[in-house]
Amino acid sequence: MLEVREIAKNFGPIQAVKGISFNVDKGEVLGFLGPNGAGKTTTMRMITGFLPPTSGTAIVCGHDVLAEPVAAKKNIGYLPENAPAYGSMTVANFLRFAAEVRGLRGADLKNAVEAAITKCRVESVRHQTIATLSKGYRQRVCFAQAILHDPPVLIMDEPTDGLDPNQKFVVRQMIREMAAEKAIIVSTHILEEVDAVCTRAIIISGGKIVANGTPSELKAKSSTGRLDDVFRMLTMGKEESNHA
Amino acid sequence: MLNMRNVWVVMKRELKSYFEAPVAYVFMVGFLVLTGFLTFFVTRFYERRIADLQPFFFWHPWVYLLLVPAAAMGLWAEERRTGTIELLLTMPITLAEAVLGKFLAAWLFIIIGIALTFPIVITTFYLGNPDAGVIISGYFGTILLAGAYVSVGMLTSAMTRSQVISFVMSLLLCLLLLLAGWPPVTDIFVRWAPNWLVNAVASISFMPHFESMQRGVIDVRDIVYYVSVIVFMFSATLLVLENRKSA
Repeated sequence: MLEVREIAKNFGPIQAVKGISFNVDKGEVLGFLGPNGAGKTTTMRMITGFLPPTSGTAIVCGHDVLAEPVAAKKNIGYLPENAPAYGSMTVANFLRFAAEVRGLRGADLKNAVEAAITKCRVESVRHQTIATLSKGYRQRVCFAQAILHDPPVLIMDEPTDGLDPNQKFVVRQMIREMAAEKAIIVSTHILEEVDAVCTRAIIISGGKIVANGTPSELKAKSSTGRLDDVFRMLTMGKEESNHA
Repeated sequence: MLNMRNVWVVMKRELKSYFEAPVAYVFMVGFLVLTGFLTFFVTRFYERRIADLQPFFFWHPWVYLLLVPAAAMGLWAEERRTGTIELLLTMPITLAEAVLGKFLAAWLFIIIGIALTFPIVITTFYLGNPDAGVIISGYFGTILLAGAYVSVGMLTSAMTRSQVISFVMSLLLCLLLLLAGWPPVTDIFVRWAPNWLVNAVASISFMPHFESMQRGVIDVRDIVYYVSVIVFMFSATLLVLENRKSA
């Protein structure tokens, strides 16, 4: 459903992403791991059409993000880092706006907004303005925006960042509920998340893929069998040589 | 090429957001009090004993100079600061649709303010027999002028995450466009620049195009001028947003 082809991004002389390729199929939850600054967010921003790649492209449900950006974007739900949302709007109005931009009208719009409100458990704050919400609720509101048009591809940038353990549990549960009928990418630097929700994981470091496999395959790479050790082994040296 | 439905959705949200915050009310009251004060007390609307709106429209370029940059400064700067630009531009709409939607929202917002000055029209008709054609042409001109100011404010707003920087930049740019034909400004160029350059600088000024419409003359060239300014600023905004490196 999602195919990323040799995607790369330079910011001036800095190569933030150096040619990354991978596929995500329906039913897969791909964990996108890597230290801060490894290029996770940049890669996601290129797939979602927010940043133009320097080279390479991504194909979303048969649509090239560069050639047919609007068609590609229709098939994507995106939860950006830090869950941005229009602070002055109420939750319900914000979701209505998102549904309208997604081309929903009339009864479809109403049903989609109601379903997203229920699924993301934001019923109790629906008339509250977003600026007054706690981080956990804001995260869920932005999550609701990402899923309300029932996209086949769902991309989430650190969806559990800054949440308390209960809120993390809720978000992971929501991801698992949707996993069967979607292709999902979740970026994180919390390794326990991989075990909790992912069917496969990619580790990137210094803008390149350094490992790609199921959680158990990755664990087998280290003698201790722990994901933390694999992560450190694959990314530590790279980071240092990168900044040298 | 443009899906007007998307433009409409973006415009509606943006226009609503003005009224969700106190911004809209502060702005409207500020605009009406300022134009009212200047018209009645500075240019002495009553004492002139002439039933026309000349002393009212006279102030518009100056009142806009202060207020339009304030109304437009948040258009993109706020989206960039809070990161919502990442949501907006990953929705299935084109950049041009988003930019046009926002531009129209801000312009419409100013037009609502202009429309609220209707009591002065009633007053003039009550006191005398003004030329309705001149009044209509005057309003038409001031709306076009406001559009040009909004397009400048939108451009500077796209260039920064800081609303204050956007405000100051667009105020300066609008001031330059206002005064470009004024002798103290053209004199700077007269000393060293060739004649064609002096004329070019003088002809980009808002003022002559504004003044002819206040006299009741709707000239196609003036309309073309305003449309060109708006199209130019609009394209520059697109270029700035396309080339941004991050949010």
